[in-house]
Amino acid sequence: MRMAGRARRKTGKLALRYAAATIITIIFLFPVYWLFMISFKTPDEIFHVPPLWVPGEIQFSNYWVLFKDGDVKVIWNSLVVAGTSSAIAMLLGTFCAYSLARFNTGGENLAMWIISQRMIPPIAVVFPIFLIYVYFGMVDTYAGLILLYTAFNLPYVIWMMRGYIVDIPLELEESALVDGCTRWQTFWRVVFPMARTGLMATAVFTFVFAWNDFLFALILTRTEVITFPVMLTHYFGGQSNFWAKIAAMSVLGTLPIFIAVTLMQRYLVRGISLGAVKG
Amino acid sequence: MAEVRISGLHKYYGPVHALKGIDLTVGDGEFAVFVGPSGCGKSTLLRTIAGLEEEDDGEIRIGGQVVNDMRPRDRNIAMVFQNYALYPYLTVYDNIAFGLRARKVGEAEIKKRVDDAAAMLGITALLQRFPRQLSGGQRQRVAIGRAIVRQAQLFLFDEPLSNLDAKLRDEMRGEIKRLHKDISTTMIYVTHDQVEAMTLADRIVLLRDGRIEQQGSPLELFERPATGFVASFLGSPSINLIPAKLVRRGTAAAVLLASGEALELPEARAASLDAGGERAVILGIRPQHLGHAVGGAAAPGVARVSATVDLIQPTGTRTYVTSRIGGVPVTAELDAHDVHEQGAMLDYEVDMRRCLLIDPATDRVI
Repeated sequence: MRMAGRARRKTGKLALRYAAATIITIIFLFPVYWLFMISFKTPDEIFHVPPLWVPGEIQFSNYWVLFKDGDVKVIWNSLVVAGTSSAIAMLLGTFCAYSLARFNTGGENLAMWIISQRMIPPIAVVFPIFLIYVYFGMVDTYAGLILLYTAFNLPYVIWMMRGYIVDIPLELEESALVDGCTRWQTFWRVVFPMARTGLMATAVFTFVFAWNDFLFALILTRTEVITFPVMLTHYFGGQSNFWAKIAAMSVLGTLPIFIAVTLMQRYLVRGISLGAVKG
Repeated sequence: MAEVRISGLHKYYGPVHALKGIDLTVGDGEFAVFVGPSGCGKSTLLRTIAGLEEEDDGEIRIGGQVVNDMRPRDRNIAMVFQNYALYPYLTVYDNIAFGLRARKVGEAEIKKRVDDAAAMLGITALLQRFPRQLSGGQRQRVAIGRAIVRQAQLFLFDEPLSNLDAKLRDEMRGEIKRLHKDISTTMIYVTHDQVEAMTLADRIVLLRDGRIEQQGSPLELFERPATGFVASFLGSPSINLIPAKLVRRGTAAAVLLASGEALELPEARAASLDAGGERAVILGIRPQHLGHAVGGAAAPGVARVSATVDLIQPTGTRTYVTSRIGGVPVTAELDAHDVHEQGAMLDYEVDMRRCLLIDPATDRVI
């Protein structure tokens, strides 16, 4: 009898927990849901009173307009600058991190100094950077934004990757060196696979930072390499806001992040390094 | 196979002088064990031979070739690490093949060598597993397999058994010894465990504070230690060291304990000592050279002393009995069936023919 009572209490607790989780999820997902729905609605449906939970029919004209007007180019621009700058920052940053972690380059202080660069409020440097960019003719160029995002992401990559590399047992590299690898081979055959989880997670974060940046993109672009967050602001007009375009563009801009995070999931699975060293 | 010849080797870590002039030759095919307390420099010496640490002075030759400026990969050595150093993202097969692939050996040759090594170590059934699916002993076998397939001229072991439990350690120790017999490559093995050193070595190199304290065959070091440090490092239970006085009168000599007993030295031993007078010494007696005195007069060269039994530790085969003799606790290894009682008086006999006399100022054996 007592056992049954305890089991019932347990089930009740679990049900409460699930109920709470469901409510919280609904609250958090509602704006996303609303955004998605608006992107499929006609102008009449968007301004309908009372609000419509679902559009009468799923239609893609809001998206079609973005393609027709060539507005989707901003998604491409964002992909180019975020993708390229992340790749460069990951490559350079991982090498720097390896140097800091294994050769103790610059001692403890250099690593600290590097991460401190990330703490500068971007707004404090954006105007000096703007003036420099004007001088070198780099405003409104891919190279300009890529350079900037790379510079801003490097400290973060170095700091994160240094942590991951320090955690790799040194014996694994030493064993590879004795077994016949050069430093480079050791890096590619041991450090790289061992740090893969951290590498992927860090790459996603650097990509997201560049993808989401608004401030630098606003100041340093004009017409050619406008990124998606900047483009969104163009839809907020003086007299009216283009809600359909805003919603459709927001959905398009969110998709790459969804994809990136989904891909990252499997690298968050821990345990790949278990078994290397007794512990 | 190769001879390792080291001369005048120095290594500093900042202000720490880790190796203070090491001169050492390990013969072709020899099994040398570097042993000593932690911080004595044994691992540093091994890692310097491997090329993982850079020497500050001196020369290292492997197989007649100076390797000081060679990268580890060019020294043609294989090394087994304490933590196994297996790659967790590779199968056992790929782990063992790793070094060969780095050297661009053909896949057919790799397969042959890996299969041979796996058969030798009894891990053929494990080749497709990942390291995390293996027990400690199996991982250690894989690590050894990785060294074997390299067919290197020199094997280095850095405390390979210290992560294993006692039973497995005994087993693997036997296997390493058998491996050396089978492939007869020159091997250098680092350990802090004196039992491993005694059982495995052709030559023990005992290090202390960055210097070689003594080197030689295990029995040589055990029976004729050069210093009190060597004497106390080897042997289990460790040697009893009793502060005393050496007194010479004419041709006779005796060791005078602080508690008043005089233990006479055999004549042959007395004759080899400096003439006359009195000097402070430390009397070193191994527990195995202390016995339970029974019957009439002592045999020549054997002294007797009585003391209260303070502690009895049976091990099954032998029993360790501890008493205070000459002011310090002294342990004797006695027959397990010889029953003693705590607090009772016991007559010990001390085999003075095999005792050590150590100069307390220099730690040298007289």
